[in-house]
Amino acid sequence: MAARVRALETILTQKGLLDPAAIDVIVETYETRVGPRNGARVVAKAWSEPEFADWLKRDATAAIASLGYTGRQGEHMQAVFNMQDQHNMVVCTLCSCYPWSVLGLPPVWYKSPPYRSRAVIDPRGVLAEFGVTLPVETKIRVWDSTAELRYLVVPLRPAGTEGWSQEKLADLVTRDSMIGTGLAKEAA
Amino acid sequence: MNGAQDLGGQMGFGPVAPEKDEPIFHAEWEKRALGVTLAAGAMGHWNIDESRHTRESLHPVDYYSSSYYEIWIKALETLLKRHGFVTQGELLVGDSLGGTAKPKRVLKAEEVPAMLARGGPCDRPVRGPARFKAGDRIRTMNFHPTGHTRLPRYARDKVGVIDAVREGFVFPDTNAHGRGENPQWVYTVVFGGREIWGEGADPTLTISIDAWESYLEPA
Repeated sequence: MAARVRALETILTQKGLLDPAAIDVIVETYETRVGPRNGARVVAKAWSEPEFADWLKRDATAAIASLGYTGRQGEHMQAVFNMQDQHNMVVCTLCSCYPWSVLGLPPVWYKSPPYRSRAVIDPRGVLAEFGVTLPVETKIRVWDSTAELRYLVVPLRPAGTEGWSQEKLADLVTRDSMIGTGLAKEAA
Repeated sequence: MNGAQDLGGQMGFGPVAPEKDEPIFHAEWEKRALGVTLAAGAMGHWNIDESRHTRESLHPVDYYSSSYYEIWIKALETLLKRHGFVTQGELLVGDSLGGTAKPKRVLKAEEVPAMLARGGPCDRPVRGPARFKAGDRIRTMNFHPTGHTRLPRYARDKVGVIDAVREGFVFPDTNAHGRGENPQWVYTVVFGGREIWGEGADPTLTISIDAWESYLEPA
């Protein structure tokens, strides 16, 4: 596959259809600037500021854009808040839709058949494979991203974090907790 | 289409295998695959729906035995051939052998940050009010188009409730095939697990999809 991609890049460059330096900038963007730290900051702010949390519920696209996170695969955002009695989990059964602007590029498992096939029919089984066991009475809501809305899960704020700074809180917010296949880390 | 991509509820793929401390890319070629796919898309000759439909049109054996970046590259080759930018002969030798269709634009490095920050919003004004409102009971259509659709098989001919009226979005079922954007209202529709999976479904489970208006009828 390496040779096949190189051939494609060569042909398109020879024909003047591709600027190889543009590829470098695209890669650098997703390696260094756009990743799950963006989403973690959104979540930490929502945990800390009730007005921001309300805004995030009503208009996630605008609330998230106010932190500077916009763009490709995050044009239309929806935030879904975990509650004590309901856990949210996001999947794209039809392809690999994922909120790039806040989480970066999706992990391989998110794009692969085991997750895409089972998240909707056996979410508890999937969660167990991530080491997460929810109480039997906790309701599970699975959001299949079949249109252009991109979902960000806001996990429950861990106990014992009262008065923490947003930077410190953001350290507890894992990528998986914002997909719904994990929970936020406990306060150390 | 009822293709390999429509995975919800299929069985036999084994456990999810999350990788600890997964790197953003697993090989150098994956970086180029991402970049070349985005840059070629920026030429403006196909839309995201045509891209998706090209990926899901891979033979199921090919689709299931390919990683996601491999799927992207295989579909990109098809798109580039379809739109007159490369030939099969060129792909075989790995060299340009002649002409090309004229691109609408070529993405330059300095334009990338703005292009990524802008994305490709697909909200559009819709003529006429939304047919449904939150709380309405609907039934999804039972159809099996040979072209592109975003109504998964598991959610066809099922009764659900409108959870939210979203916005007008480009309609993928026509847009993927060059038949226009035809924007429609999109709704988040929620189903009980039992409605979808029947006996034995997790009683605490609800599933939602985002559905275009023409996927729905009153129930």
